[in-house]
Order: sequence, then C-alpha cells, then structure tokens
Amino acid sequence: MDYVLAALVGCFVALGVYLLLSRSLIRMLLGVVILGNGVNLLIFTAGRLTLQIAPIVPPGLDQPDGAIANPLPQALILTAIVIGFAMFSFLLVLAFRTYQTLDADNTDTMRLAEPVDAPQPPLSY
Amino acid sequence: MNTVIFRTIAPLIVATMLVFSIYVCLRGHNEPGGGFIGGLIAASAIAVLGMASSAAQARKALYFDPLSIAGFGVLLAGLTGLVSVFNNSPFMTSIWLYLELGEATVPLSTPLLFDIGVYLVVFGTISSIALGLESNEGEEP
Amino acid sequence: MAAHDLPPAMIETATLPMAWVVVLPLVLALMGAALLLIVRRSHGLSFVLALVSVLAIIACEITLLLHVFESGPVSMTMAKWLPPFGISFTADAFGASFALAAAVVTLVVLIYAEPEHPSAVGGGSFYALVLLLLAGVTGSFLTGDLFNLYVWFEVLLISSFGLMVLGGRAVQLDGTVKYGFLNFLATTIFLLSLGLLYGLLGTLNMADVMRVAPQANPAAMAGVAALMLLAFGMKAAAFPVNAWLPASYHAPPAAISALMAGLLTKVGIYALLRTLVAVLPATRDVLEPVLIIVAIATLVIGPLGAIAETNLRRALGFIVIGGIGAVMAGIALPNLAGVSGAGLYIFHAMLTMTALYLVAGLIERQTGQSDTRYIGGLYATSAPLSVLFLVLVLAAAGVPPTLGFWPKVQLLQGGLQTGGWIGGLLVTALLVNAVLTLIAGTRLWAHMFWRAAPTPAEATPGEPLPIGRLHWLGSGVLFALIIAAGLWPNPMMEVVRSGAADMLDPARYVSAVGLAEVTP
Repeated sequence: MDYVLAALVGCFVALGVYLLLSRSLIRMLLGVVILGNGVNLLIFTAGRLTLQIAPIVPPGLDQPDGAIANPLPQALILTAIVIGFAMFSFLLVLAFRTYQTLDADNTDTMRLAEPVDAPQPPLSY
Repeated sequence: MNTVIFRTIAPLIVATMLVFSIYVCLRGHNEPGGGFIGGLIAASAIAVLGMASSAAQARKALYFDPLSIAGFGVLLAGLTGLVSVFNNSPFMTSIWLYLELGEATVPLSTPLLFDIGVYLVVFGTISSIALGLESNEGEEP
Repeated sequence: MAAHDLPPAMIETATLPMAWVVVLPLVLALMGAALLLIVRRSHGLSFVLALVSVLAIIACEITLLLHVFESGPVSMTMAKWLPPFGISFTADAFGASFALAAAVVTLVVLIYAEPEHPSAVGGGSFYALVLLLLAGVTGSFLTGDLFNLYVWFEVLLISSFGLMVLGGRAVQLDGTVKYGFLNFLATTIFLLSLGLLYGLLGTLNMADVMRVAPQANPAAMAGVAALMLLAFGMKAAAFPVNAWLPASYHAPPAAISALMAGLLTKVGIYALLRTLVAVLPATRDVLEPVLIIVAIATLVIGPLGAIAETNLRRALGFIVIGGIGAVMAGIALPNLAGVSGAGLYIFHAMLTMTALYLVAGLIERQTGQSDTRYIGGLYATSAPLSVLFLVLVLAAAGVPPTLGFWPKVQLLQGGLQTGGWIGGLLVTALLVNAVLTLIAGTRLWAHMFWRAAPTPAEATPGEPLPIGRLHWLGSGVLFALIIAAGLWPNPMMEVVRSGAADMLDPARYVSAVGLAEVTP
C-alpha cells in the first residue's frame, strides 16, 4: 500500500509541476492545489499506514491497548489543508481581480511591474 | 440562480445549515466535527443566502461585518489560551469546569471556547471571501 | 506493549513566569491584529491601538532578550505536554534579537505610514494586516517546532499578500501574482521536506530533531535539506530563485514595501540558518559546495542588478538580494565568527533595508516619480534627505560608522579563519559585493542628488507630495538606531556571539526545551 501511495504522490507532484509550468494563471492555480494535495498525501504516507485501530485510549487504561494508528499526520495534514485552502481562495480572488483589471490570464502579457522595454540606466558617472 | 424555487427554499436551507453548523461545532470535542467544519457549514449557508438574494442583502442579514466576526474569533481563541496563566500552566493548557445541573453534568472547558473562536474565524473569513466573490467588487481577505 | 513504567507525557512542574515572555509577543500581536480587524473602520483608534500593541510587544521582547542573554535559551511547550509531543516555543539570542528588530521596524513603519493612510495605503485593514505580519514574523523567529515554523510562514505570507494588494492598483496586482505564486510554491516545497523529515525521524520538534538526526540515513537527510535549501532560498530570494523580489517589492506604497524588505526575506534566510546550521548540521556539510556557489552568485548578482536598474525601489530590491548573499556566506562558513556575522547581518539588514525603502519613499514624495533618470538636483532641494540616503547606502555597503560594518567584519574574519580556497573565495565575493554595492548606491545618490536637475522635457510629470513630520520621525528613528548601533556595537555583538555559540553547539538549546543531551 505504501508503494501505491508513494507512486500516487509522484503522479500528483508531477502533474502539479507540469501545470505550474504553464503560462495560464488558472492552470498554475490548479497546479498549486494538486501539488499541495500530493504533499498532504506524502505526509499521510510518511506517518506509516499499518493499522485501522483508532488512536483512542480505552476507559480505565493509561495507554492504548496494543498498537494503534498514528494520529499525528492527520493533525499535520488538517493544518496544511486549512492553510492551503486559505491560500487557494486568496490566489483565486487575486487571479480573478487580475483578470478583471489587467485583462490578462497569460503571465507573459503581465509586464506592468517589470516593463519589457525597460530603459537603460543613465550612463553619466 | 434567481429562480423562484431557489429563492423560496433558500431561507429554509440557510436556517437548517446554520443550526446544523452549531451542532457540528459543539459535538466536536469527542466526535467528528469541530469549529472548523462548523464554520465552513455556516459560511456556506451565508454563501447560499448571498446567491439567492444578493451579497449586499446577505451582509445586511449578518448584521456584523464578516471580517470583524473573524477578528472577534481570533480574540476569543487567544484569550482562552491565556486563561491558563492563572493555573500556573503553559499557554493553551485546557481548564475544565463540570457544571452539575440536576441529573446531568455539563462539561465546560477552554477548548470549547477555543473551538467557538475557530468557528467564528472560519465563518467570518470564508463568508467574507464568498460574499466578495459574489458581489463583483470583492474585498480582499 | 505491556503496561510497565509509563514514560511521562505531561509536564508536572509549574510554569515559570519568565517562560510566558516567549509566547506573549506572539499572542499580543495576534490579538492586536484581531482587535484592529474589529475596529478597522476608525482610523485614529486603529493607529493608537496598533501603536500600543507594538510597544507592548517591544517591551516583552526586550525582557526576553535580556533574560536569554543572561541565562541562555528559554522555552515553553504548549498545554503541558512534554516537549517532543507538545509544540514548543523556544527563544535563543538569535530568535529574540531578530524578533525585537522586527517589532522595532514595524513600529517605525506604523509611524511613517500614519500620514499616508488611508489615501495612499488604502483599505481599513492596513493596521490589522501589519500586526498579523508581525505575528507571523515573530512566530517564525521564536518557534521551536518545524511544522509550527511552516504555519507562521503561511501567516506572514497571507498577511503580506493582503498588504501587497491593498489599494488594488494594477501594478500591485501584477507584482502580487508573481510574489504570491512563487512564495506559496516555496512553502509547499518546505511542507514537502517536512513530510519527508517526519517520515525519516518521526519528530518535528527542532531540539528533538537535533537529537535524533545523526541516526537517520544521511543520504535521505541530504535530500530533505536540499529541499529546505530550495524552499528557504526562494523565500529569501537567493540567486537562482530571486526573480520575484525585484518584480514585486516596488509595487505597493513605500511604507508597505519597506516592511516587506525589512522582514520577509530575513525570515527566509533565518529559517535557512536555523535549519542548516543548528538543526541539521551534518547535511549542511554535504550541501556546502552548493551553499558556496549560491552565496557567491547572490553576492555578485544583487548589486550588479542594482547598477543596471533605473527604477529607484527596484534598484534597492537588488541591494536587498545582495545582502541575502552575505548571510548565505555566513551559513557556508560554520565557525563562530561566520555564524555570528550572519546573525548580525540579518539584524542589520532588517533595520537598514527598511530605512532605505522609507527614504526612497520620501524621495518619491519629494519628486513625484521613481525613475532615477529623471530625478536630479535633490541636494539643493533637501539636504537632510541627501544625508539620510547617502549614509544608508554606506550602511548597506558596510562602511565603518554604521551598523553595516560590523557583520561584514565578522564574516570576513570567519572567512579568513576558514582559510583555504573556500574562505578565500567567500572573502573575495564579500569584498566584491561591498564595492559593487558602494558603486550602485553612490551612483544612485550621485544621479538623484548630486547632478543638476535634468531638463523638465524629459521627465514624466508626477505629483510631488508633502513630507510630514511623522515621515521624518519614522525614518529618523531608524537612522539614529543604525548609527548608534554602529558606534556602540558591543552589546549587539555580545548578544549575537552568544546566539551563534548556541547555534553551533545546541546543548543549551536542547536542555532548555527539556530534552536529554545530544548523544554523540
């Protein structure tokens, strides 16, 4: 199972990077999301997938009865998902506003901050 | 989106979702649920309301500004973390209070208040974004 | 698993009141941001509240710094869990002094931005976002947990996004798209490395990682560290991944870009210093050739870019990049002098780069434009401005009477102590960087202040704005700090040396967190 998930992480990351290499903002956005999901899956896999027993200490005991699943990756992933979601929604609004204002989805045509015909610096001194 | 059916059903859906969101938030300590999920459900309710009427009407229905709600949530969550200073314990240590009400015992705790803070943060932020996207001149999160 | 002696999972002892100072700056910043978000419609109240919060944070951090300097790193682990289980906040001399510098910079920017608000800065949420940014930066400096570092990175990232688009001019949107995508990608790569690190070690607490890292597979650890180098290099704008910085820093209003220039890249480079030098020292040695190449390239390319640039604040952006190279050189030189030089450089860069951007903002107000080809004769118009800019340029290049001189001396000393071709190369690159920065800066100065004003026909007309008293106060306070710290460098030097010693020998850090000594 670990190998399957590892391969899946590889696919996610490859797809994410491929989309990020695009010039279209929306594709880049999707690429970021897919990359983020790949990373979350990686954390999940890194926490070892072995058991299906919930990590709950039974009443009356000081520690779990036998081996349990690792609860930590879920906490990490949940945090990462929440943050990734916030980032995604911000970037979505940003891309939308950029499209409205600059009328551009192609990053090659977004050259306001860095003009293409940047002038030469003055040659005195 | 502005069909009669949708506009008629929307208040019902919204009300149900809001109540359900509070239920999900409160059961979250020991069962699936919690402030984040609850807040998301509540924010979706506001988004539905915004779709059915208009973003401006949804804002009016909220009464408080969504981002201010989020700010209050952060404030609440931070304050509950600070309570443990009176207990000689580190930041965010949970403190429990068991209320005996006749037969039942109601456990109240700082994590519960913290979760309500999270609920408000998520609710405020997400509904602010959703309403911003629905009215064409969005406000940045 | 038999139920024999259970290892304790909770802290039983009472928390020392002093430990609260580690989390208090953070909590104050977060709650200040929350309050400001609520009252954001009222400008006057927001300003006062923001000022009070930042002053309280500064007071906490001065206490923290004094305490850390006297009795070593302080740590607090959340919610009574014993360290590897709970989230630790740990401050050593580096973290505490950088957090203090960040709060001072924020205070100055708040004062400076007050008269510009709300017309130029725009949007009622400016103060809330600034405090949120400060919370993110302070959290990154004071945290003792790698995953928590990721969280604070995202906090500062989202607030910097918000600040960068405030006002929503087209050029800002354009800059933010580039800044946003690349920095989000960088944090995702950091998260990737954290996932791998967790899979290898089973822990992400920095002190615990220091303890168990030597037992892990060195090749896999090198891969993790390489990913971290890429991620933090992107955040810090080190050479091959630096293009986003000059594309975005000049877009927002001057006060905001000053805040970014002072805080954001420094957090990235501090994280690199912390992870590679203190947490994973073995992998730093593996990555040393890469670090040397990146350091040299960044040192040289930064000021060269500044020389070739006509937009004032974009030119300063390239100077910021050159400064990152100096810190990279310190990371590549892991001796006491090198690491303390890197630390002092971060401290210096936070103050100096912010001041440079603030003064650039004043120049733009005075002249109404940012193209250095059309600015001239400012010396006759405003003598104090010319003194401010010249001295700050000298500080950025590292000329003696300023704070910038001392980290450079330490770095050079570190390079000479290392010796061999590595030390020689880095020393040469540092000196070349100083000369090039001097050329770039004085060229800017000569163009804008010294030469006669260009004929008005060339100039694109801009609207000059008045410079208020608070503008002068903000820039003046920072300027005075830079000069004073340059004239009396001893206290800061001592602080940074004790921080560097803790970086290189983590025994005190690990025991402050409450974990056992490092096993050889």
